[in-house]
Amino acid sequence: MAPRTLFEKIWDDHVVYEEDGKRTLLYIDLHLIHEVTSPQAFEGLRLAGRRVRRPERTFATVDHNVPTTDRSLPILDPIARQQIETLRRNCEEFGIQLFDIHDSRQGIVHVIGPELGLTQPGMTIVCGDSHTSTHGAFGALAFGIGTSEVEHVLATQTLPQFKPRTLEIRVEGQLPEGVSAKDLILYLIGQIGVQGGIGYCIEYTGEAIRQLSMEGRMTVCNMSIEAGARAGLIAPDDKTFDYLRDRPFAPKGEAFERAVAKWQTLSSDPGARYDKSLVFDASRIEPQVTWGTNPAQVVPVSGRVPDPSQFPDPVERAAAEKALAYMGLEPGTPIEEIRIDRVFIGSCTNGRIEDLRAAAAVVRGYKVAPWVQAMVVPGSGTVKRQAEQEGLDRIFLEAGFEWREPGCSMCLAMNPDRLEPGQRCASSTNRNFEGRQGRGGRTHLVSPAMAAAAAIAGHFVDIRKWRFK
Amino acid sequence: MEPFVRHTGIVALLDRANVDTDQIIPKQFLKRIERTGFGKFLFYDWRFLEDGSPNPDFELNRPEFEGATILLTRRNFGCGSSREHAPWALLDYGFRVIIAPSFADIFFNNCFKNGMLPIVLSEEVVEGLFQQARKHLPYRLTVDLERCVIEDEYGLRILFEVDPFRRECLLKGLDDIGLTLLHEDKILAYEKAHGIV
Repeated sequence: MAPRTLFEKIWDDHVVYEEDGKRTLLYIDLHLIHEVTSPQAFEGLRLAGRRVRRPERTFATVDHNVPTTDRSLPILDPIARQQIETLRRNCEEFGIQLFDIHDSRQGIVHVIGPELGLTQPGMTIVCGDSHTSTHGAFGALAFGIGTSEVEHVLATQTLPQFKPRTLEIRVEGQLPEGVSAKDLILYLIGQIGVQGGIGYCIEYTGEAIRQLSMEGRMTVCNMSIEAGARAGLIAPDDKTFDYLRDRPFAPKGEAFERAVAKWQTLSSDPGARYDKSLVFDASRIEPQVTWGTNPAQVVPVSGRVPDPSQFPDPVERAAAEKALAYMGLEPGTPIEEIRIDRVFIGSCTNGRIEDLRAAAAVVRGYKVAPWVQAMVVPGSGTVKRQAEQEGLDRIFLEAGFEWREPGCSMCLAMNPDRLEPGQRCASSTNRNFEGRQGRGGRTHLVSPAMAAAAAIAGHFVDIRKWRFK
Repeated sequence: MEPFVRHTGIVALLDRANVDTDQIIPKQFLKRIERTGFGKFLFYDWRFLEDGSPNPDFELNRPEFEGATILLTRRNFGCGSSREHAPWALLDYGFRVIIAPSFADIFFNNCFKNGMLPIVLSEEVVEGLFQQARKHLPYRLTVDLERCVIEDEYGLRILFEVDPFRRECLLKGLDDIGLTLLHEDKILAYEKAHGIV
């Protein structure tokens, strides 16, 4: 057999049916659902008198709408409450396991999938959420889908798909001290652009990727969609297997060893061809800060707000001008001089235990700047408990951070956590779109450590110069 | 799904790149549990001022774009969130066709599921259309999916490409789930072969 890429191996293994010139019908191993993009799909099933084909391969949680304050109180927003109750009813009716708001395992769908061991190498995974690409960190083919497709997967456990092309992003060398997975992916998006990945499944390879922890790999794969890619993939290795061992839904004992033997075959063969390959040098990457309204509008923290008149492409120039007007920034301003009002640490990009550890290490022994409101929202109940066992909550609370209940929270501000018009936020999230964190709010994407340092200083600072206490 | 064969309508110009689905339908309107009724919230934060009155500076509020059913815009339209509420809002507002140099994958796919036609044309051709439209406001186009051609009243004629399978589904208004279930025996065979059942 000709050498194949990791993507091709997973794809080939899931073909139910293919016909020349048409889409391939792919089997879906795992379907994750949440309250916002599923109600219309269940309604469609009911109208057509259809059942869920494989409820045991479908798992649900509530994350987008849930309040992050006291969970013993009722949800004040009646429409959010209705959506959450609708999911509860749908899961009961169709026999789907739900990690509900009071379940200790509740959390952001892309945080709980891996930590419960539902996410496994070689799987096809879909969810009605663009950040489903996160699960690619385990060598699973994982991508976001629309609600019509959610209905399709519920009804058939398959999805007709056009085969994406493959893009290898090889990152050679080592990330310098203080430069995180978040900086790496922001840098890569800055290099290839927000549409650089359209039509591709990206496989990340190279020494810098291998050295990343599972959390770091999830951060990288999570933001593949911000470059327009269908999915991001990293071949599984011992780190992946160690992460999954003893997770609740992972195979146990001998079955686990058998699974590992199979998972070890999941890497691109020597000589396998990608449709496109790009190489980057990790040692040149600095901590990154976005200045605009898409994630590719990014510069190193040592840099300055760019001058749109220097952009050669007229469309990009117009976009940069609009972005700076929205962000209230002047060209040439040093990034470290930008003052902030709010800090948000959390999300499916950076709401895992390692992210909270990195932020807490920066915060320890300091106080949040008097004009800054800062909050930490753990990615899941499991992350929250782990952090509390390690005393991270005390470090944040003593510094003046708020310590909240898990959910998507101010990453997309569907719940009450949001920016006021004109407020500027250092955020460990994935999208700096206009109004994403609240109408008129100004978002700068950074790593958790950079967000934490900005909370203390009240403006952006270079984490490489931080004095840890 | 309503079939799409041929459509004539007024073109609205949205001269912006990377329009994301958060702009198309902001998150505060994602809490509805129906597929309909999103049109009045389309581009909400751009279309309306803080007090809820129409923003006179926003493109779609210009009188020459009133009743528009074809949207002409720039590259990477529909990026960001997978929310199908975005095509639902565009469709509910009245749009049947969107023309751009490129689209985000999930959004592109979502359009076809809802009987809306996204057309990819080169940057140069899109630029030409913007110029032609600005000369002839209000500007109308006819989009013919059977012949894969776009025409205006001034002799302009542009051919476009659509994947043949997607074209057939749109022309006939075919339900995707129904099509897949024609292959249910193959799904079951796959499940048996892989120890799933």
